[in-house]
Amino acid sequence: MSDVLNPPESSEGSTGVPLKPIGKVVAVTSGKGGVGKTFVSANLAAALAKRGQRVLVLDADLGLANLDVVLNLYPKITLHDVFTGKAKLEEAIIRAPGGFSVLLAGSGMVEYSRLTPEVRGDFLQIMNGLVPHYDVVILDTGAGISDVVLFAVSLASEVLVVATPEPTSLTDAYATIKVLVAQQKRQTVRMVINQTARLGDGRAITTQLQQVLDRFVTTDTGKPVRLVHMGDIPADPAVRQAIMRRQLLLQAMPGSPAALAISQLAVKIEETVGLRPA
Amino acid sequence: MAKTLTPSFVELQRLRLDDARALLDHDGNVTLPPPEASPTAYLQAMIDGLCELSLKDPLTGLANRRHFRAVVERSIDVVARSGEPALLLMLDIDHFKKVNDTYGHQAGDQVLQAIGKALSGCVRPMDTVARFGGEEFSVMLPSCHTGFGAAVAERIRAQIEGMSIQIAPGLSIKVTVSIGGAFAPEWVRSTATLWTERADMQLYRAKAEGRNRIYLDQQQEIYVSAEEKNLLFGHLSLGEPAWIESVSSDAPGGNAGSAMQRVF
Repeated sequence: MSDVLNPPESSEGSTGVPLKPIGKVVAVTSGKGGVGKTFVSANLAAALAKRGQRVLVLDADLGLANLDVVLNLYPKITLHDVFTGKAKLEEAIIRAPGGFSVLLAGSGMVEYSRLTPEVRGDFLQIMNGLVPHYDVVILDTGAGISDVVLFAVSLASEVLVVATPEPTSLTDAYATIKVLVAQQKRQTVRMVINQTARLGDGRAITTQLQQVLDRFVTTDTGKPVRLVHMGDIPADPAVRQAIMRRQLLLQAMPGSPAALAISQLAVKIEETVGLRPA
Repeated sequence: MAKTLTPSFVELQRLRLDDARALLDHDGNVTLPPPEASPTAYLQAMIDGLCELSLKDPLTGLANRRHFRAVVERSIDVVARSGEPALLLMLDIDHFKKVNDTYGHQAGDQVLQAIGKALSGCVRPMDTVARFGGEEFSVMLPSCHTGFGAAVAERIRAQIEGMSIQIAPGLSIKVTVSIGGAFAPEWVRSTATLWTERADMQLYRAKAEGRNRIYLDQQQEIYVSAEEKNLLFGHLSLGEPAWIESVSSDAPGGNAGSAMQRVF
């Protein structure tokens, strides 16, 4: 499928200096796994959909994500079939319970986690084909900082880093931000702190991260890296209940504190990517 | 991992072991226990010997490409998990074809063996030296600080440049190597292919720039120091969870390291 594609820029490094970030694409990432990245992606999509936006969530973990588990969806046709030419892109896009669209990678995509220029080209082409049809595209990336994750993030105009208040999560989030600054020349990174114990904890954590970045990280241009606190999601037993029931929190318990926090996050995302409230 | 199998008895006589036995005998390094004493021990020794053989390059005794690939993949896991730098070196003997054409393939083999031995002598026991294929070698150096990479590569280059390799009685020749290297991007889970590609690119560069030289891919260092880590957790001293108590309340700017270690 790469024949249709414009030749990929040769200057691009193997771990993804930004090609050309695509507008209205939000990458959700984290350093550490298990901090609620997929949970945030799926529920944020539902919150945006509720507000009338056309949303697509793309499993950018290429087959290792839990998006299918979270959404309880096991489609017959996946991104893998699109990559192998067995199906058309439109056939792989399915409707998720929260009123948004989903493109799942399918387990066969694991072999594509070797990020060859061809895979990169195909992925880019798929992204370019998808974006015009939606108000916002959310990339649910993998855990850890892999070449695949960095590549997916490089396509996004906005990066949302999910972290929890634990030391390991913060260290990994900090390392992720450093990599994004060094390799992709990112100057703005957006933060969501999940599972906070008290109101205001998330903002304090973001401020803390910002202070350490200010002290230790300099960009090539000399401009400071800016962290934008997008919100806290409070620790909330409703989250676990929804996950165990394999439902979206926004559907199962829309009035819960965590669901309300995600709805607020959706408003902020709308402002960030310049969406008019539908 | 090991499943409990229903007891069954394998009769050695019914297995076709001659080829395997011949392979191991030929290699010379494996002494098999007599099959009469314990058939199980005999079979186990044979399997171990074959596994060993399947990981080695027969000519040089170094790790072969298959083994090396596994080593690279393991290193990637370690680097992604710990952020500890690791260096991959790719080496190629300069003008090796000339050696073969001028002195014959046997001389070529002797050169390959000598280089393999020299390489093994230049690195730490924890490092892995492999014959990657043809006249190309590779070295994996885990826990190799980025500041030392050039020194290690230069030591190898200089050592080989200074060597005289005897290929026949009274006939010694000298060869040089070109070396390309790349550090695993710290904290980043890369792939063996991409990492090898990066080192290979530097090797081509060394070749193009006139051979007998080294080039290392200088990746920007992503290192999270103990001091940074300590400062990151300042918020935790706002009073909360009990398990974090060991962090002093004046954590920001306070003494790093010692207080923090206990948290992990």
